[in-house]
Amino acid sequence: MIRLSINGKTQNVDVDPNTPLLWVIREYVGLTGTKYGCGIAQCGACTVHIDGAAVRSCSFPVSGAAGKKITTIEGLAQNGKLHKVQQAWLEHDVPQCGYCQSGMIMAVAALLKEKPKPTDADIDAAITNICRCGTFQQVREAIHMAANAAAPKV
Amino acid sequence: MQMNRRTFIVSSAAVTGGLALGFRLPFGGPSIARAQDGSPEVGVWVAIAPDDTVNIRVVRSEMGQGTITGLAQLVAEELECDWSKVRIEYPTPGESVKRKRAWGDFSTGGSRGIRESHEYVRQGGAAARLMLVQAAANQWKVPASECTVSKSVITHAPSKRRTSYGKVAEAAAQLPVPKDVPLKDPKTWKIAGKPIKRLDTRDKVNGRMVYGIDLKMPGMLNAAIKACPVFGGTVKSFDAAQVSGMPGVRKVVQVGDDAVAVVADKWWQAKTALDKLPIVWDEGENAKVSSGTIAEMLKAGLDAEQAFVGNKNGGDVKSALSGAAKRVEAVYAYPFQNHACMEPMNITARYTPDKCEVWGPTQNGEGAFAAVLDASGLPADKVDVYKTMLGGGFGRRGAYPKDYVTQAVLIAKQMPGTPIKLLWSREEDMLHGRYHPVMQCKLVGGLDANGNLSALHMRLSGQSILAAVRPQVVQEQKGRDPLSFQGVFESGEHAFTYDVPNLLIDHAMRNTHVPPGFWRGVNINQNAVFIECFMDELADAAGQDPLEFRRKLLGKSPRALGVLNAVAEKIGWGKPAPKGVYRGLAHLKAFNSYVAGAAEISVSDGNKVKIHRIVGATDPGYAVNPAQIERQVAGSFVYGLSALFFQECTVKDGHIEQTNFHEYNSMRIAQMPKVETVLLPTGGTVWGGIGEPTICVAAPAVLNAFYRATGKRIRSVPLKNHGIELV
Repeated sequence: MIRLSINGKTQNVDVDPNTPLLWVIREYVGLTGTKYGCGIAQCGACTVHIDGAAVRSCSFPVSGAAGKKITTIEGLAQNGKLHKVQQAWLEHDVPQCGYCQSGMIMAVAALLKEKPKPTDADIDAAITNICRCGTFQQVREAIHMAANAAAPKV
Repeated sequence: MQMNRRTFIVSSAAVTGGLALGFRLPFGGPSIARAQDGSPEVGVWVAIAPDDTVNIRVVRSEMGQGTITGLAQLVAEELECDWSKVRIEYPTPGESVKRKRAWGDFSTGGSRGIRESHEYVRQGGAAARLMLVQAAANQWKVPASECTVSKSVITHAPSKRRTSYGKVAEAAAQLPVPKDVPLKDPKTWKIAGKPIKRLDTRDKVNGRMVYGIDLKMPGMLNAAIKACPVFGGTVKSFDAAQVSGMPGVRKVVQVGDDAVAVVADKWWQAKTALDKLPIVWDEGENAKVSSGTIAEMLKAGLDAEQAFVGNKNGGDVKSALSGAAKRVEAVYAYPFQNHACMEPMNITARYTPDKCEVWGPTQNGEGAFAAVLDASGLPADKVDVYKTMLGGGFGRRGAYPKDYVTQAVLIAKQMPGTPIKLLWSREEDMLHGRYHPVMQCKLVGGLDANGNLSALHMRLSGQSILAAVRPQVVQEQKGRDPLSFQGVFESGEHAFTYDVPNLLIDHAMRNTHVPPGFWRGVNINQNAVFIECFMDELADAAGQDPLEFRRKLLGKSPRALGVLNAVAEKIGWGKPAPKGVYRGLAHLKAFNSYVAGAAEISVSDGNKVKIHRIVGATDPGYAVNPAQIERQVAGSFVYGLSALFFQECTVKDGHIEQTNFHEYNSMRIAQMPKVETVLLPTGGTVWGGIGEPTICVAAPAVLNAFYRATGKRIRSVPLKNHGIELV
């Protein structure tokens, strides 16, 4: 039995400790906003936060997440208020098919925590997620929009 | 999530912007059909609830291209409803069959979602408006002509009475549906034609949108599958006992003659067991095929005697070429490519002897319906398909023989009553695509003494999609695949735009065992590279500016000239470029839209390409949502440039070699050029497509700029094979 903290809730899962965190989140905890894209940490569709840092959960064994604070796309909004990245995405109409966007949003949220006002070069270095629809132009504009948004009231 | 046999709600956001799938047939009255929320149908395209919620029916699939929003705009425009109360509902193919195909064609490919249904969906909105007004007029006992409508409110000014659509919808539903209702002049549009936001965004930013991969059903099991890596090969044997005791494993089954699946409680358990399952394949003769043997076969076609003619003009092209003052010749090549949708192929199926249903992503509800009919063996009234959001489509999720829908039903038949979610691994997705066809092309051009193009022979040699996917079309054309000539055809939506005195464009069909498919843009991808790079070669040989050279040949195609001039102007053609920056351009007519592109690039160390800007112009006749069109243009460039720089599926011993994104790369944000879109809708009676056409101009524009930067003509895709990088 592995004890996980996901979006502030404790979850006990009876699972092979080598199972990738992605599949535990999706199939045992039942949160399907985190997506499977490649299984080899190439595309970033499975990005979640572990203790605040962006992690590609498809290549991260669940055992490594025990006792740490995991946040998924479902846990990004606080008290019913969208995270500023989600809000910027909504206002800028970023997603096309949307499948990669959970991972994209999680990667961007982690970047903004580290660099509240990222330059284009910061974005280029930190955001390496694949989007086959090609939303990158809107993604970049929305990142700057989120960075310039007023700090959310807590 | 709520679900039963007939009704299925995709997300908890059942308010504005939510998506409901399926709906109920009559329970209120003898003749009124109803939406999933019980609201009465006012004609087949609209159902309105008492609270004025407007359910607009859409049967084309949403895969990111914005079709559901665009179609809803068109219906809402004619309906004159309150846009903030609009939601989308997907009728199912089963319901459509029962109602004599009331909603028409479900297939969502060929950029036809809007351009081929705009008229009847607008008629649907307009008819509903007339019915609602008539119902109010009947209640008030006044002539309908004295009533006006705005934002779902009906007003009778003389008597100062008002009501709303929701209040008269029940009565309106009883009225006959008027036919041939006049439509608005697009110049008066208030909802359509405007850059309004998509209807499906909220659930895509909070993780709630349900894609096929996310479906959950009581008692559902998960399947992982492996088909014979060599196309055409079969299963010889497999040793189920080796994995049947592994955690979660419920069953190991053969699927058709060429695949094996493991069914388990969880998908990860199924995949883990499948990876350990010993399978012996009978690979057959195709195991002898490689990229090298395919290239040799295509090369032979370049000079073959027999070929299907797609476009012919003037006299004997061969003698015209031999009499030319200057002759230019070049051979180009384009590879197999996988769609690599972000969401791997999947579908959920449940079979009982009385009913077979599938849930999941498809670009063609009716195509999936046909596949379920065929695989289940059940009659049409016992089959249905419920669509989810698609995590990308790009042509991969159209109707293909022996594909994922068929597989899922064949598995479900072996476990009756149990819903089975079949999900392909990325590796399976890469090895069993429906690939962009492989093609080579030899071009020979003749210039007269004044540098005018007097003769052109364009010989295609390679694979036909239709021969594999719709052989009856090829049969009707006496062996020719008309689609092979997209962008260079004799007439129609893919007509060649250049006026060349002596012209021959023909195709030596050379099919392979690798299954081809419709890959966003389809054959315009390679045809645009071939013809538009060669036009630059000809201009160069004639000592002329590439833009001027083209302009002279476009005298009979003013709309092509319009988009070409637009990108030239916007990129600054003819004016000095920034230091170290080089330009290239291209254009084509595709899917009834005229498109052009112009790129600015720089090249460092001879091989590192930076694309600074691309201007894309399109004349689709009408623009239903300019904001979404801009996104489609920019997105098409990402898809097309990823293909140009990185993507090739090679064949070794009969199977595809690339298994995942580490071997099949896709552009990232750091490589994204600034895209500027010029929208030039010139009206007319024919509407053009949006999702695909612009994809084809990015590659030749960049290749032409690369030549100007380096003096090197690159004539085969992808550029990684030439040591060229995108930075």
